Amino acid sequence: MNAPVKPEGFSRRELMVGAAVVGGALVVGCSPADLMSAGSKVEVGAFGPFIRFEPDGFVTVISKHIEFGQGSHAGLAAIVAEELDADWTKVRVEQSPANAKLYGNGALGAQLTGGSSAISNSWEQLRKAGAGARAMFVEAAANRWNVPAGEIAVKDGVLTHASGKSAAFADLMADAGKVTPPQNPPLKDPKTFTLIGTDRVRRKDAQGKSDGTARYTQDVHLPEMLTAMVAHAPKFGAKVESFDADAARKVAGVVDVFEIPTGVAVVARSTWAARLGREALAVRWDEAKAEKRGSVEIAAAFRDLATGKGPADQKWESFGSKGDVAQAAGRPDDGKNAFEAVYEFPYLAHATMEPMNCVAIVDGNHVRLVHGSQGQTLDQLNAAKIVGTLPGSVEVETLFAGGSFGRRATFTSDYVAECVHVAKKVGGGKPVKLVWTREDDMRAGHYRPLVAHAVRVSLDKDGLPATWRHRIVSQSIMKDSPMPAKGVDQTAVEGAMDSPYLKATPIVDAQVAFPEVGVPVLWWRSVGATHTAFAMEHTIDQLARKAGKDPVEYRRALYAKAGANRHLAALDLAVEKAGPTAAAGWTRGVAVHESFGSVVAQVAEVKLVDGAPRVGRVVTAIDCGTAVSPDQIAAQMEGGTCYGLSAALYGEITLTDGAVDQSNFDTYRVLRIGEAPMVETHIVPSTAPPSGVGEPGTPVIAPAVANALLALSGQATARLPLVRSV
Amino acid sequence: MAASLDVNGKTVSVQAEPDTPLLWVLRDELGLTGTKFGCGLAQCGACTVHVNGDPVRSCVTPIAALSGAKITTIEGLGGAHPLQQAWVRLDVPQCGYCQSGQIMSAAALLAATKSPSDEDIDAAMGGNICRCGAYQRIRAAIREAATSAAAPVVAAPPAAKEAEVEAAVDEAISAASGATSRVQRGEVR
Repeated sequence: MNAPVKPEGFSRRELMVGAAVVGGALVVGCSPADLMSAGSKVEVGAFGPFIRFEPDGFVTVISKHIEFGQGSHAGLAAIVAEELDADWTKVRVEQSPANAKLYGNGALGAQLTGGSSAISNSWEQLRKAGAGARAMFVEAAANRWNVPAGEIAVKDGVLTHASGKSAAFADLMADAGKVTPPQNPPLKDPKTFTLIGTDRVRRKDAQGKSDGTARYTQDVHLPEMLTAMVAHAPKFGAKVESFDADAARKVAGVVDVFEIPTGVAVVARSTWAARLGREALAVRWDEAKAEKRGSVEIAAAFRDLATGKGPADQKWESFGSKGDVAQAAGRPDDGKNAFEAVYEFPYLAHATMEPMNCVAIVDGNHVRLVHGSQGQTLDQLNAAKIVGTLPGSVEVETLFAGGSFGRRATFTSDYVAECVHVAKKVGGGKPVKLVWTREDDMRAGHYRPLVAHAVRVSLDKDGLPATWRHRIVSQSIMKDSPMPAKGVDQTAVEGAMDSPYLKATPIVDAQVAFPEVGVPVLWWRSVGATHTAFAMEHTIDQLARKAGKDPVEYRRALYAKAGANRHLAALDLAVEKAGPTAAAGWTRGVAVHESFGSVVAQVAEVKLVDGAPRVGRVVTAIDCGTAVSPDQIAAQMEGGTCYGLSAALYGEITLTDGAVDQSNFDTYRVLRIGEAPMVETHIVPSTAPPSGVGEPGTPVIAPAVANALLALSGQATARLPLVRSV
Repeated sequence: MAASLDVNGKTVSVQAEPDTPLLWVLRDELGLTGTKFGCGLAQCGACTVHVNGDPVRSCVTPIAALSGAKITTIEGLGGAHPLQQAWVRLDVPQCGYCQSGQIMSAAALLAATKSPSDEDIDAAMGGNICRCGAYQRIRAAIREAATSAAAPVVAAPPAAKEAEVEAAVDEAISAASGATSRVQRGEVR
């Protein structure tokens, strides 16, 4: 609505960067900052890139982050509304266009939603945006009323002066838009917050998501749009050898059949026709370079490596070793104070409710993507590379996504790239919707890696760890990054490397190995913590048992030794709220883990029903810094716990001779309502800036349940999922 | 070929083969995109609609089975159904993709059982997956809608039962390998 102040176009430098990217691989000297400058044109209004005032009295908050369930839209809008003193009932949220310079993630560089960082990286930025706009309105009112700015109050979107004068945002927006934006507007004292931290912060999308009108990629219908499905190779790394499209072309509604890099595309006038066409297709696959190992063989190789039985030439990288590491290699049978455990974790599919999909329009060197984009900058770069255009010529309209849990942010933009390949071949500016079936989605890889941990600990005379030897074997997630991290791939060791238990241990010998396997792997809600939290927390309960200590007291002693005050506070709060004893017939397990800057402690009550674990009450305490949106934090604890419990109980992708065995929810079992726990959420009071919420609730439940089972039966858990090991 | 369907109280003509699943006719032909595609195998419940008041997985229900049947989709629930109000009040949705199906299953439950027990809820909702794990709020919202004083639960009126239609729908559901809420409630063999 506001007159554009400065249209953001392309500088020569940006064009050069774009050209460097088009050439193929990212060119040396092209820094992350350069990549951030990739962006389509955005007209920025008078109040900056995040806020627009509407004549109907509403304030539109522009979110640089996708909303795919985590509740960020509500939290981001609340930050702006708080500083602006807007009327929360008159705040809307709109999704930003793709422009990394304006809308890049302050924590990650590119425009990308991930690492549970949406609120934390936007905190200062949006507080300033809201406070700046507020100051502009105050100045405009002061000028209009000829009163000192300091005498003007703002509440619920209305400016008032003791003289009786008042005006709403909509009345003043033209004047306010002409005020020079302040460089450093004063921010509120958090003690005076009236919206942040209250249950008034509600989702803005609940109505649309309850009446069927919320728009997802699957719902996009554009004139002349075609729908594509792609026949994919049954094994990772296989290529099309030949195909017979005669029968597919005879299916009513099928428009074209052609090969693309990832398989054979069937393009049709409807989803069902595309599906029937693909079923009629006969493809021969060249599996010469395919991964042909099964998951049993891969797991055995990883376990051997972790336990010192693997090839001697395997490269190992240290992650936090300290002291005389030779002492940590002692044999576990050296005495009663030694402990040894091996843990195995399977490949996991994200299995979002909305299978992967994308709409792409390629018209010459202009590309438009309409989809639930988690990494807009990556999608721009990858699309530009395929079409041979500049990243800034790739527009992205970001829609709601039906879940992601990490799946929609890949370095290659896998399914987005697939859609662009099809749309490029179709050409002529015709919209193409790529639809993956559940089977496509589940068999497409990008799994949480299969991981093995081997742990050897010796205890001192007080029963606390004296030496800790830790081996982790996993595929590397960051290996395929265009900008690989320097040093060890932290996505495999986070949660172990920074563990307070290792901090409290004098001698640590910690190493990780990254064998090559042809199965694509990816972050999966809480990433490294999905396995490190289990290895650390389940080990601690076994060590406490060995030392004859109560698991909660044992943790308290270690946190005191490590100076882990936030862990201690979260544990104390969860234990206090849980009360002294479990309900009759239930056994408690405790676990605590820090991820994405937040510490989560859980007390889970578990019993066996027909031999399988059933989880009832789960008391959760979280320290996530300033709690912007308490009800969304609770929702993320509830949902994150279910997501983690689903994997802990049932989650497992297996491969036979390189082919994925699971295909749909009949073979990849997930948690259903009758198995869902009752999660209570308690927030540790904090004045620190906000930290992550979307992921930290996921990794704690598996060790909490395993620890309850240990207390119940004396049996430790060496392998997830639990339904196979109980 | 042309087929005639009764969707949300309106008779509509669609161009589709008789074996086309209702889901794709609703979405691609009629533009009723509130009903979602999740699995295609009656495993996840995202595509749940009502056929003559009963919850049915539209992804495995061919339109040939639906001649004369009254079909209600999420759009037909009106947006202010007591369940929808409870869903909004409790901020049930996260990603939201499964919620149309959840609400349709819940609406059928409340139409049949005014005050469902937890067991009733678990049984009726067991065919609807929510990967965000909003289950405890779904349970709470169903309870709230059920106990709400102003809960004139609206559901598709029980139409004149046509045995053939019912049998065809049941067959289509049984053909899919997964359980549906009707199966779990023992209404379908």
